[in-house]
Amino acid sequence: MKDIDKWKETVNSDNLSDDEKMVLDAMGLNGSSRRKFLKQVSAASLSIYASSFFTSEIFASTMKDLPENTTALLNEIKVNLRVNDMVKPLTLDSRTSLLDALRERLALTGTKKGCDHGQCGACTVIIDGKRNLSCLTLAATCEGKEITTVEGLAQNGKMHPMQEAFVKHDGFQCGYCTPGQICSSVALLEEAKNGEASYVTEDFKNIQSGLTLSEEEIRERLSGNICRCGAYNNIVQAFKEVHSGDDEMPTWEFATQEQMDKAKNA
Amino acid sequence: MRPFTYTSATNKEQALKASTKTSHYLAGGTNLVDLMKEDVERPDQLIDVNKLDYKKITSNEKGGLSLGAMLSNAETANHPEIRTNYPLLSMAMLSAASAQIRNMASNGGNLLQRTRCPYFFETSMPCNKREPGSGCGALKGMNALHAIFGYSDNCIATNPSDMNVALAAIGATVEVQKKDGSSRMIEFTDFHRLPGDKPEKDNTLEQGELITAIHLSKPEFSDHYYYLKIRERSSYAFALISVAAGLQVKSGVIAKAGLAMGGVAHKPWKLSKAEEFLVGKKPNKSKFEAAADLAMKDAKPFEANKFKVEMGKNAIVRALTQAYEREA
Ligand SMILES: Cc1cc2nc3c(=O)[nH]c(=O)nc-3n(C[C@H](O)[C@H](O)[C@H](O)COP(=O)(O)OP(=O)(O)OC[C@H]3O[C@@H](n4cnc5c(N)ncnc54)[C@H](O)[C@@H]3O)c2cc1C
Ligand code: SF4
Ligand code: FES
Ligand code: FES
Repeated sequence: MKDIDKWKETVNSDNLSDDEKMVLDAMGLNGSSRRKFLKQVSAASLSIYASSFFTSEIFASTMKDLPENTTALLNEIKVNLRVNDMVKPLTLDSRTSLLDALRERLALTGTKKGCDHGQCGACTVIIDGKRNLSCLTLAATCEGKEITTVEGLAQNGKMHPMQEAFVKHDGFQCGYCTPGQICSSVALLEEAKNGEASYVTEDFKNIQSGLTLSEEEIRERLSGNICRCGAYNNIVQAFKEVHSGDDEMPTWEFATQEQMDKAKNA
Repeated sequence: MRPFTYTSATNKEQALKASTKTSHYLAGGTNLVDLMKEDVERPDQLIDVNKLDYKKITSNEKGGLSLGAMLSNAETANHPEIRTNYPLLSMAMLSAASAQIRNMASNGGNLLQRTRCPYFFETSMPCNKREPGSGCGALKGMNALHAIFGYSDNCIATNPSDMNVALAAIGATVEVQKKDGSSRMIEFTDFHRLPGDKPEKDNTLEQGELITAIHLSKPEFSDHYYYLKIRERSSYAFALISVAAGLQVKSGVIAKAGLAMGGVAHKPWKLSKAEEFLVGKKPNKSKFEAAADLAMKDAKPFEANKFKVEMGKNAIVRALTQAYEREA
């Protein structure tokens, strides 16, 4: 049975551990409301479980021109948006941000709108190989540019190694910042290869290409992506795994029963 | 956001010709688009200048390098020639914003970014810079982040750019194209203004003028440099106070000092007196402290930003120490 089917079965059978039951009871969720809640939970969790089944082809088929609800635009611009190796000619209001064009016109909703003011990084996409903020980019300026969104990272039905690492290392909680984190991380791999410096780089005069980034460097360089859930430790771990090519072990571990007992009695 | 027409210029003549009183050039858009969303900037026309060919780093007559105005902050800071000859500039630029924003932001746009004064951003508040004559909300309001030098009753805002602070320490001139096709050079120290009775004007650029290049003075601080940025969190935040420090040390004596502060005034604050004081001195803690005292002597803080005086002194001493102790 596929993981995803197993997961569905668990959820539908109300097959919960005592702890989970306790939590739901404490929330006053019983009977039908409990099942409703679980379905909602499953919908959110499913998208994470299911990510390994998503391929760029499936995503690509969701990229479409949504029906235009405005009949006349005040300052109309025409732009051919090249997104994830597909080109879409669009007619837009000149005010449209790249973020809104992706989400509202091309149904590429992987890219998220957090602040819409350049302050969070949720809208990060890769333009001509460099990470950019789509909320402060006007779609009008994107003619002739190559845009990659999180939906375009998987190749031939296989997730990008960075996506795999995020799943493996739990590089998220709610997942809202994740597409931005992943696009940013993918671009950072290149920046490290090119030997680009950051504010915390010790010596600006002597930098080699093919940098191996320390944890401090990784944190500084990914600081443009805010995670409201604080999944930073796991994000850094995921990045490190792809960056180094080696398995990364968590820098934390679960408490043993003994430690738990000790803590309770302390 | 208010409606505007969008045009993309392919050469400077087109850009200059298209510009009007109510148009704006669009470079990276990281400041302009943000402010348009806030309804603070209200251009009726955007002239995209990203296709103009000012994207190179070249040598200039002063024996220094020149930065194209449309080159990105990321490419500038990480250009091997800039990193080796002007590491102070690289360091300051890399402390700014985030990797994403540095990829988008241009050198010309960085010089022109507007203050982060919260009253300036909030259109329901009075602000002389946004709406001349409406009053300054910060003067008797929340002003912990505001100026301690060179302000007027009309405006107490600070210039937020890190790049500007390094340029003030290093020395530069800004080349601009005028609408009539001629060009002019502006000394960097004269480029930004103090608010006086015209707080709406951040700089001395005239309407329609287009920045094409920033010419750096010859590199003098490539061995001893440090950009210290103090902020409320350790990354992706504007400076409370910043110090760009460059030293040239010959036979154990300071031959030249470049020193400027950010977060303290309406323009990047060059510490000329402290620079002069340091020349001819042996670099050590007591001299650095004396320079810092001199630099902060005329500070006129408000109740809420008094902390900037002590913080400023410490920051100057630390930046000079880090610059000096760096292994060349
Ligand atoms: C969340 C966030 C955090 C930031 N943090 C920092 C920070 O810590 N430190 C820091 O220094 N900066 C910071 N910035 C600001 C950023 O550096 C500036 O927004 C950027 O440098 C502006 O450059 P741009 O090319 O995007 O300018 P634009 O937004 O395109 O333009 C700014 C202004 O300059 C004009 N203009 C642009 N180019 C020219 C030209 N060649 N000639 C004439 N006029 C021109 C435009 O008309 C506009 O009025 C931050 C920005 C954001 C959004
Ligand atoms: S300090 Fe300047 S920018 Fe801030 S409210 Fe006063 S006038 Fe406006
Ligand atoms: S949505 Fe673009 S940075 Fe927050
Ligand atoms: S996972 Fe929730 S914001 Fe990062």
